[in-house]
Amino acid sequence: MTAIAAEAVTVRAGRATLLDNVDLAVGAGETVAIVGPNGAGKSTLLRVLSGELRPQGGHVRLKNEALGAYPPRTLSGHRAVLSQNVAVAFPFTVEEIVRMGAGDRHGRAADALVEAALAEVDLLGFRHRIVTTLSGGEQHRAHFARVLVQLARGEQDHGPGLLLLDEPTAALDLRHQIDFVASTRARAKAGTAVIAVLHDLNLAASFADRVVAMHRGRVAADGPPRTVITPDMLARVFDVALASCGLPVGVPCVLPHMIAPRTRNAPPAATRYQS
Amino acid sequence: MTEAAVEPATIAEQHRPPGLRALPRWAVLAGLAALLVAAALVSAAIGSAGIPPGRLAAALGLTGGDGAAAEVARDRLILLSIRLPRIVLAVAVGALLATSGTIMQGLFRNPLADPGLVGVSAGAGLAAAATIVLGDKILGGALGPELLPVAAFLGALAVTAMLYRIATSEGRTSIATLLLAGLALGALAGAGTGLLVFLADDRQLRDITFWTLGSLAGSTWPKVWAMAPFLFGVLAALPVIARGLDMLVLGEAEAFHMGVPVEGLKRFAIVLVAAAAGAAVAASGVIGFVGIVVPHLLRLVIGPGHRTLLPAAVLFGGVVLLVADSLARTLAAPAELPVGIVTAILGAPFFLLLLLRQRAVVGL
Repeated sequence: MTAIAAEAVTVRAGRATLLDNVDLAVGAGETVAIVGPNGAGKSTLLRVLSGELRPQGGHVRLKNEALGAYPPRTLSGHRAVLSQNVAVAFPFTVEEIVRMGAGDRHGRAADALVEAALAEVDLLGFRHRIVTTLSGGEQHRAHFARVLVQLARGEQDHGPGLLLLDEPTAALDLRHQIDFVASTRARAKAGTAVIAVLHDLNLAASFADRVVAMHRGRVAADGPPRTVITPDMLARVFDVALASCGLPVGVPCVLPHMIAPRTRNAPPAATRYQS
Repeated sequence: MTEAAVEPATIAEQHRPPGLRALPRWAVLAGLAALLVAAALVSAAIGSAGIPPGRLAAALGLTGGDGAAAEVARDRLILLSIRLPRIVLAVAVGALLATSGTIMQGLFRNPLADPGLVGVSAGAGLAAAATIVLGDKILGGALGPELLPVAAFLGALAVTAMLYRIATSEGRTSIATLLLAGLALGALAGAGTGLLVFLADDRQLRDITFWTLGSLAGSTWPKVWAMAPFLFGVLAALPVIARGLDMLVLGEAEAFHMGVPVEGLKRFAIVLVAAAAGAAVAASGVIGFVGIVVPHLLRLVIGPGHRTLLPAAVLFGGVVLLVADSLARTLAAPAELPVGIVTAILGAPFFLLLLLRQRAVVGL
């Protein structure tokens, strides 16, 4: 079943075209990593899929209904979103933040969701801490727990939903990156469609069934990690030369060359070293 | 946990919520309500004509009393026609100011926002002054005092809506822009009020001066009735808006992701801020700092969750203004200080302290 489908989505801001005719359909239980250089339109696409931004062209359908037709409250039961940076203006505790994900659900039903999420992100001992006194990674995990509670609440009511993640691992240490991948994989196994914007290509390869490479507002490549993360795509989209490090993990693994010859906008190597 | 270096005391600290957040909601509100009743009783007993506690019960008709009938009648008159309307109005105005401040801080996601500081009260004062002067001139006094809260509400609404448009872009509010724009709008409203002074006759001039200083001296039952619909309207709206304001604290995008209809919530919050500030200003003039001190102290003790914070601000705002007004009545007795001066003397240093602690955030 298709969880969310974007057809010919176009977003303009002033004279710039941020998304140009983007098609993307993600099925229930699928994990998709969106990769691409800065300004490729990854976050804009995520904002369109979340319903936050209405595209000037094209359509987005969530569970076969027009995304724009969902009132915010209903929508929050079908999809949850983890943003990259969340600034909390008042001294809420971790538990109070996580409980926000439970919406209007109170009592034991909400408690169970909150406990499970706190345990999953490894913050049980931090529940009474003021969230702004935590480190960046800990704060991010608190918000991930909140999003997990919202997703679980929605899935109890409406069945498998959609989980959107913007740079979910940027602030996390290695241990919690691995935990995070395990969490999202478990969700996908239960039928949740997971879409994440990622910068780390190795993480994308190990995290996702499918990688979508964005370039200048368009989809440049879309498929299993092995077919998308190739030297050719990396040169074309990321403008860098990368070497495979050949670890026996069955997924592509890349290392940037420290002195990467630019493939565009740069003089040929021969002339560069002459003067 | 992984942090091995934390002190044992810190770990113990982590196992209970900070402040009094572990207290159930009803206990917090019951405690504040008891405080409010105590403050009201003390305020009823003291003043230029003192009514000792023993006679207070008699005057209220609760006990037969042992005093002379004439004395009871005198106490009763003072209590019912002078002191009680003043107490009720002080509590109502304090509640409205604190509520207005709390909602405004939630809307702008900053603890420094306050209707008195950012010109909302000044806008309400200008509208009220214009109603007094121009209403008399144009309509020959056909406008009753019950229209004042409506005019003040519209004045406050205009300023709040303008402030929001100026200070917020793409879901982010600049507190520096908010304070500076509020300063400008407040100055503009003050200038407008100043112009009206030239048009005013003596009686109107007294009324306008009263507005700009902020005082509860002219409290009467009709003033209480005129603000009552606003008070009850705002109170009824608090449960509706509380959860949305909590989520808005994380930002507009996050609130939307969690299911809050953000645009509707913001519009509703602006109307509530204006209704509460406008009704308060119409009844008592511009009284500053209640809206900033009350929610800040409460957040330290019971936390920032609006489901408890908003009703707590209603009760504690009433307590604070009642105490301030009792001080205003008694400090310089038999003369009387405008209560706006008392709240400014207590509140302005508090605001400066808050500003110092927030300096990095504000970026001024």
